[in-house]
Amino acid sequence: MTKFSFIQSAKMSLIVIKPGILDTVQDNGRYGYQHLGINPGGTMDRFSAQAVNFLVGNSSDEAVIEIHFPAAAFLFQQDAIIAVGGADFLPSIDGEAIPLWHPVIINRNSVLQFHGIKKGTQCYLAIKGGLDIPKWLNSFSTHTKACIGGFNGRALQKNDTLPFKPHACYAKFLSGKDFMILPWQADIKWNHFIPERISVLPGHEWSWIKESLQTDFLNNPFTITFSSDRMGYRLSGLPVHTENKTELISSAVSFGTIQLLPDGQLIVLMADHQTTGGYPRIAHVISAHLSQLAQVRPGEKIQFQVTDMATAEQLFCRQKHHLLQLQNACKFRLEEFLNA
Amino acid sequence: MSEQPAYTIFPLGDSALTIDFCNSIDEAINQKVLALFHSLRENPAAGIIEAVPAYSSITIYYDMLLAVRNNQDHKTAFEIMTERMEKRLQDPLSENNLPSQFLRIPVCYHNEFGLDIDELAATNKITAGEVIQIHTSKVYGVYMLGFLPGFSYMGKVDDKIAMPRKTNPRQRVESGSVGIAGYQTGIYPLASPGGWQIIGRTPVKLFDSDNKELTLLKPGDKVQFYSISKNEFNSY
Repeated sequence: MTKFSFIQSAKMSLIVIKPGILDTVQDNGRYGYQHLGINPGGTMDRFSAQAVNFLVGNSSDEAVIEIHFPAAAFLFQQDAIIAVGGADFLPSIDGEAIPLWHPVIINRNSVLQFHGIKKGTQCYLAIKGGLDIPKWLNSFSTHTKACIGGFNGRALQKNDTLPFKPHACYAKFLSGKDFMILPWQADIKWNHFIPERISVLPGHEWSWIKESLQTDFLNNPFTITFSSDRMGYRLSGLPVHTENKTELISSAVSFGTIQLLPDGQLIVLMADHQTTGGYPRIAHVISAHLSQLAQVRPGEKIQFQVTDMATAEQLFCRQKHHLLQLQNACKFRLEEFLNA
Repeated sequence: MSEQPAYTIFPLGDSALTIDFCNSIDEAINQKVLALFHSLRENPAAGIIEAVPAYSSITIYYDMLLAVRNNQDHKTAFEIMTERMEKRLQDPLSENNLPSQFLRIPVCYHNEFGLDIDELAATNKITAGEVIQIHTSKVYGVYMLGFLPGFSYMGKVDDKIAMPRKTNPRQRVESGSVGIAGYQTGIYPLASPGGWQIIGRTPVKLFDSDNKELTLLKPGDKVQFYSISKNEFNSY
């Protein structure tokens, strides 16, 4: 594959040489401003985003690029250690396939691109050291509605140049090659892409639905519709309705809240959800299953099951624990490798 | 200081809980909510990420792992946070000295901006002039912010200008648009799809990401609108 030759600037950065459909800079979200109507946003699949950060030795709150398909192509102006994880969009460097969930040293003037959807919807790219861009309200997340945060408050476009924080030169490990896959990887099979059942906790208005419909809700699959986005996943399946016509006064909602709309449609609120809502909250997807749900593609089916608070909390703690182990192991391996 | 109203606490998923004082728009209840909100901001309970006040409820987002720290008796984070909130609610909440600013906000009610003012007037069997007179005659309380950065839910408007949301929401409502939904009135801080009945537009900026205050209005503020002409709007 032809190498792109660009005039080298002193800045270490990556350049978007082909735009994608929706690629944004994100982190774990912007908290503390919901009382002003500013929603947290952040990555859709928090688990994968943190895992790729850990693979390159970053802390969990560094900025990552959340990529959808068709995806952008990135030219690296400077060598870097990167990791790609989450959805499998068949990534390659200079035309040669690279695996997910591995740290990879990429040479300067090499191009990272994506060739198709194998599975999932949200893919994450982390760069060792993180992106060198300003935070807004303590977060790197892009607030596309308010046009602020992330990279210039918007999705990435062609010719955007994203600086990354200065780091050591890794070219010496490459001996002229385009890239090098480091031999350790994150073990993610225990958690991901097995959305057989998404666990939910009953919502405050769960009892508004009569029992036979509650059973239907749990015993039948729902399809994620194509009008789903970062704000919410719309579900189509057996119709759910309520006889209770009490008008709810607006109150706060959360990532994972399943709202029942007046026309019987169900919507799961996702990362870019509004801060408040006034529709019946029939259930809430548990935190530990939000990452799985985020990776379900429009047209694919999911099925819910009810769990209890103790189980939901245990699953989340286990996930956190797993990430912590990954963080420590990656840090150790990477330091060992770089100092060898 | 006054007596605590009855409340219920319920989980909002596994990482937030809502304290609900009643399902209604009531200024006295909203004052309790805001008193609790400010008390939690000044003196946050352990494990809290943030508190979000609404009309008659407040939602507490918490960090599950921080909440259960030093927990010996295998309680869930939800149980622990519920206890912390119940304990907090045993003390009387001071509604005195809650932060509140009074703002006069200019609105141009010209039907070029107030897209629904004629229809709202006709539905309520009054004139557009009367809609303006009634809308500007009252001081409204800001009950809560939500929906969009800086979107304030204010009320209550007079019976004579109340009107339900549009059955078919607009794809785009311009930034600064002043609307009515039921007995609520509010201002769109950003252009957005929306279903409120639009009666005018303000030239004032409601949300500014560069300003430290971020939003012009805060929960608990008082607002009175005043009418300006199209010329005044354009030269504002």
